[in-house]
Amino acid sequence: MLPLITLKQFWNDLRRQKLRSMLTMFGIFWGTCSIVLLFAFGKGIGDAQLKSQKGMGDNIAIFWPGVTGKEYKGLPRGRQIRPTADDVTHIKQVAQTVGSISPEFRRWNVTIKRGRNSSLRMLVGCWPEFGDMRNVIPRRGSRFINQNDINERRRVVFIGNLLKQDLFGNEDPIGQQVEVNSVPFTVIGVMKEKDQNSSYGSRDSRVAFIPSTTFGTMYSTRWMSNFVVQAKKEYSMAQARREIYEILGGKYKFDPTDREALSVWDTTRGFEFLKTFFTAFQWFLVGIGASTLITGGIGVSNIMNVVLEERTKEIGIKMALGARKSYVMTQFVLETLLITAVGGTLGFLFAWLIVSLVPAFGLTDFIGVPQVNVSAGVLCIVLLGIVGFFAGIFPARRAANLQPVQALKLF
Amino acid sequence: MNKIAVNTNGSARGEAKSMTDTIIDMRDVRKSYRTGKVSFEALKGIDCLVKRGEFVGVVGPSGSGKSTLMNLMGCLDIPTTGEYYLEGQLVNKMTPNQLADVRNRTVGFVFQAFNLLPYATAYENVEVPLLFARVSSRKRRERVAELLSRVGLADKMANKPTEMSGGEMQRVAIARALANEPDIILADEPTGNLDSKSGEAIVSLFDELHQAGKTIVMITHDMNIAKHGERIIRIKDGLIQTNGDLS
Ligand SMILES: Nc1ncnc2c1ncn2[C@@H]1O[C@H](COP(=O)(O)OP(=O)(O)OP(=O)(O)O)[C@@H](O)[C@H]1O
Ligand SMILES: [Mg+2]
Repeated sequence: MLPLITLKQFWNDLRRQKLRSMLTMFGIFWGTCSIVLLFAFGKGIGDAQLKSQKGMGDNIAIFWPGVTGKEYKGLPRGRQIRPTADDVTHIKQVAQTVGSISPEFRRWNVTIKRGRNSSLRMLVGCWPEFGDMRNVIPRRGSRFINQNDINERRRVVFIGNLLKQDLFGNEDPIGQQVEVNSVPFTVIGVMKEKDQNSSYGSRDSRVAFIPSTTFGTMYSTRWMSNFVVQAKKEYSMAQARREIYEILGGKYKFDPTDREALSVWDTTRGFEFLKTFFTAFQWFLVGIGASTLITGGIGVSNIMNVVLEERTKEIGIKMALGARKSYVMTQFVLETLLITAVGGTLGFLFAWLIVSLVPAFGLTDFIGVPQVNVSAGVLCIVLLGIVGFFAGIFPARRAANLQPVQALKLF
Repeated sequence: MNKIAVNTNGSARGEAKSMTDTIIDMRDVRKSYRTGKVSFEALKGIDCLVKRGEFVGVVGPSGSGKSTLMNLMGCLDIPTTGEYYLEGQLVNKMTPNQLADVRNRTVGFVFQAFNLLPYATAYENVEVPLLFARVSSRKRRERVAELLSRVGLADKMANKPTEMSGGEMQRVAIARALANEPDIILADEPTGNLDSKSGEAIVSLFDELHQAGKTIVMITHDMNIAKHGERIIRIKDGLIQTNGDLS
């Protein structure tokens, strides 16, 4: 009986007090809508940035040859330091903090040819570890370079997904022959498509990867371009860098604190920054949303007080006709909850609608794909429910504690 | 169905009820109002008995305490001191829920200002006390129709208060007061806001109810209306002056 008559009452209120109920509901609606939207776009933008950053590899550092910037044990500054693949092997054997490491040999404008299709692309020689570190992941049914390829100097090649398109179109390339610099190679894998907006040199999607040993033989070189490092889980990249400087500093006689002796791109730094920035950005958005919500909640509680005064007479009549305290309480709480729930749900749905329309406008390259976080939405509505409950409970108690005649006499 | 079990804390009351069938029994009832620091005693020691089936008129000058007394009788307010027995049960000791049930089922209150719910139709207004009494929807429908045709408003069920005359609104209010078949009807100047013709119709409705066995207490300024009662209580300055038969 209570919910029924109360729902009826609520509905009658809505009709009678259109403006007031609508304003209250709109406050809640707006609060929910903005917090959900802010969260969704914040997450979309953040994810888009992090993803494209991750495209080049997660938590890696790339080391290039450098020039000493400090005098060391009587040796002058300005000496070139150029580690070899053997040094990389040495680091792999002795370094405590290094998880994965791979040399990287590079050559630009190498002819890669298959029948009539030929392409001038970057050729990279590397170790198996390179794939995971640099986020160069084989498609299903194909593989990256393995240890046997290295040991036996096999003539096998792993190609970027766009290079595969250029050479093979929609054909299956696995097991087929291509000519790399006029030498026949067997294709063993194709890279899984990925988002990448940072690189050194060329996007991985158009690169051909071969075993480092094969590369060294083919071009008779021991000079690699750079090497790529990932720290062990339990160590930071800073620790790994320090250890590498010490090992190489011992061999090439440079001051391990001489940063310029090798040139390093530590992606964990930019990544950390981006992550911190976007987390802060998201919290900032959530803060705005939360204050909107609080403002809405205060609005609701104020309006509930006005409603109470305007309806004191009605309560008096009902109590004179036999309404119990609990009825008056329930009515008020339920009414407030209904307003918040309806407003909140509508706000949530409206936000959802906007979010689902965004991809249609082709803005996703810039702002990412906004994602409605359902649990954030639910949390938001629960929060509103609590605000609504507390906004309703105090006026309801005040009303229920009046004698019927007091309520009636106020008018 | 709803006789409230209240310990009447005195076997004498039980005897009194069975002997005389007293329905309202007030003993040295006082009511003070506080306005800021000033306290004003509106009722200064009321002793009053109403027997079952009686029709009592209450008269007195404005501000004498008639409405205050009536509100206490209808349990719309509580006495400051003194004892009030309603159907032999001590109202002073009742819990708020028991008071609500008394208002719902034992007494029916008719106000000078009608006090209808403004947004609700005549039908919905009469239905309210039935909802609080948890009457099933089928029975509610029958009962509301019966009540409204009894006060001559069978064709105005869907009208809202703004779509009715004063006399019609008061008849809706009377139908509402009768909803749960209360033993007592309390009316505080029920004709005060009506023209004389509508007023007469209301008064004859009370006569009918009286003949049907209801106990009625009615406040009025109009001596001609008061004479419909079998007995008149005169109030002045918060005290009962006459408490006897019409003379
Ligand atoms: N809530 C209140 N607070 C303070 N004083 C009150 C209150 N209600 C009534 N009074 C005072 O108590 C006295 C009695 O009031 P009551 O309403 O009972 O008079 P009444 O006999 O019904 O008068 P009328 O014929 O004008 O309706 C009056 O002096 C009034 O001012
Ligand atoms: Mg009065």
